[in-house]
Amino acid sequence: MAYDWLKGIEEHYDIVVIGSGLGGLTSANVLAKCGHKVLLLEHHYQLGGLATWFTRKGGHIFDISLHGFPIGMIKSIRKYWSQDIADSIIQLKGVRFINPQFAIDTTFDREDFTRQLVETFRVPAETVGRFFSDLRAMNFYDNNPETTGQMFERYFPGRDDVKRLLMEPIAYANGSTMDDPAITFGIVFSNFMSKGVYTFQGGTDVLIKKMAAELKHNGVDIRKHVVVEKILTGERDGRKVVTGVVANGRTINCSAVLSNANIKSTVLRLAGEENFTAEFVAQTKAVRVNSSSCQVYLGIRKGETLPHIGDLVFTSDEPKFSSEKLVDLHTTSRTFSMYYPDTRPGTDRYTVVVSINARYEDWNSLTPEQYAVEKQRLIDESIASLERYIPDVRAKIDWMEAATPRTIEHYTRHWAGTSFGTKFEGLKISMDLPAQLPGLYHAGSVGIIMSGWLGTINYGVIVSNQVDKFLAQLKRGTESVSLKS
Amino acid sequence: MTKDDCKKLVIDIISDIAPDEDLTAIKSEIRLRDQLQLDSMDFLDIVMELRKRHGIEVPEADYGQLASLESCADYLTPKFQAKA
Repeated sequence: MAYDWLKGIEEHYDIVVIGSGLGGLTSANVLAKCGHKVLLLEHHYQLGGLATWFTRKGGHIFDISLHGFPIGMIKSIRKYWSQDIADSIIQLKGVRFINPQFAIDTTFDREDFTRQLVETFRVPAETVGRFFSDLRAMNFYDNNPETTGQMFERYFPGRDDVKRLLMEPIAYANGSTMDDPAITFGIVFSNFMSKGVYTFQGGTDVLIKKMAAELKHNGVDIRKHVVVEKILTGERDGRKVVTGVVANGRTINCSAVLSNANIKSTVLRLAGEENFTAEFVAQTKAVRVNSSSCQVYLGIRKGETLPHIGDLVFTSDEPKFSSEKLVDLHTTSRTFSMYYPDTRPGTDRYTVVVSINARYEDWNSLTPEQYAVEKQRLIDESIASLERYIPDVRAKIDWMEAATPRTIEHYTRHWAGTSFGTKFEGLKISMDLPAQLPGLYHAGSVGIIMSGWLGTINYGVIVSNQVDKFLAQLKRGTESVSLKS
Repeated sequence: MTKDDCKKLVIDIISDIAPDEDLTAIKSEIRLRDQLQLDSMDFLDIVMELRKRHGIEVPEADYGQLASLESCADYLTPKFQAKA
């Protein structure tokens, strides 16, 4: 008989968290620290969602998510995790852009970007200052219909090179395009510009293991290899509410569910249309999922070294930036995440992870033979591109493989294999969920601003506050009932 | 529970949320945001701590009442008194 991954679970939990992406992990931790009994379920054999890693023959450890997040992570990690984890966050100072329009090295902060824009791109200092200040003042509640492309044109008319410098890195970070609301660019870009790009020293493996230890310390029941099939509902005080989940074929009772699955999967697959108004279901179906990513993982043979060519290298052969071209099956735009030995102090290993934006439809429509061919092409083109900066790199590589939107779909179960969640309208569905079905909450990549390392952690906390309020009310209600009896 | 007691409880919470801030010289009438490095997530943390430590619920519509130490005391003291 197969191993029972739910062996010894409790009769009832205050909250079941579905999925262990950074949003799910953080919510589970915050809610456990609020005193609630938390069950965290993950279908994969490893925690982290897209913030994860894998090991390969030859001693290679590959980090999946593009490494690099804003300085705000230090504060969020300290508050919602631990000082120890926060202390492992370090700045990545070598950000490079190499494309037909420009080649620059930058620390990717406001000071250096101002200098580059004024000195290299010859933009008036006043315009740059105004752009940064206006961006900083953007508010999520403004409901401004302007797109990122329109906003750029307002400050930098006709300047395709400036637009590329501003847009390209953010497109890799959150999958947003020139046609998305300007706020989706403004918030993320401003966060990075405050102090630059940061990462975890020690690697994703160490990070997630530390988080798992913290969760256990705070009493979270963590179960991997568990697929949630259904969210169960029932009647309480004349209203339909969440009562549990079915996972690995077993019913688990709970007062609330926080889904870290994709918002469309949460509503349409896990809960089911019957639990929502027709209008809400229609709105959910209309939510557009974001594009996805491919990655190529290159392991450098033990004993070999690589020169320092930067930490994050944004390269492209496209004459100018286009959101369409960036996700094209044959795009020449790639980001090299360079992992030197100081990524994991104490080791002497190098790896390179190449990130390429992509469309799920392009990859999902391939036959098995075509799929294998396209993956190999992705690897070959990535190595050829890297050879321009490290001419002898090919001979040093002893492991290479590629991941595609199909890989992401397999490991994360994300709707249409997206690596960037949903477009802006997904946020409203996520926030309105508990009003539709009391006890059901969602925290995950929605609306672009709530995605990425920092966005998803903070959104997890925002939603946890709602869950805590709900559970506190429920517990107070139970107390008063038991006092009366 | 006096308004001064209430201010002290709020400062206790802020000192845990922002341990690097010097809270000895906070001016009651001035917005907390204008004298400390607090962002919207920090204010959310204050709301969660009020619930966790004192069983006090601050509805979203009233978040603005937490702007300064003085407005916190005006808004929260009656809530504390109602619980006593």
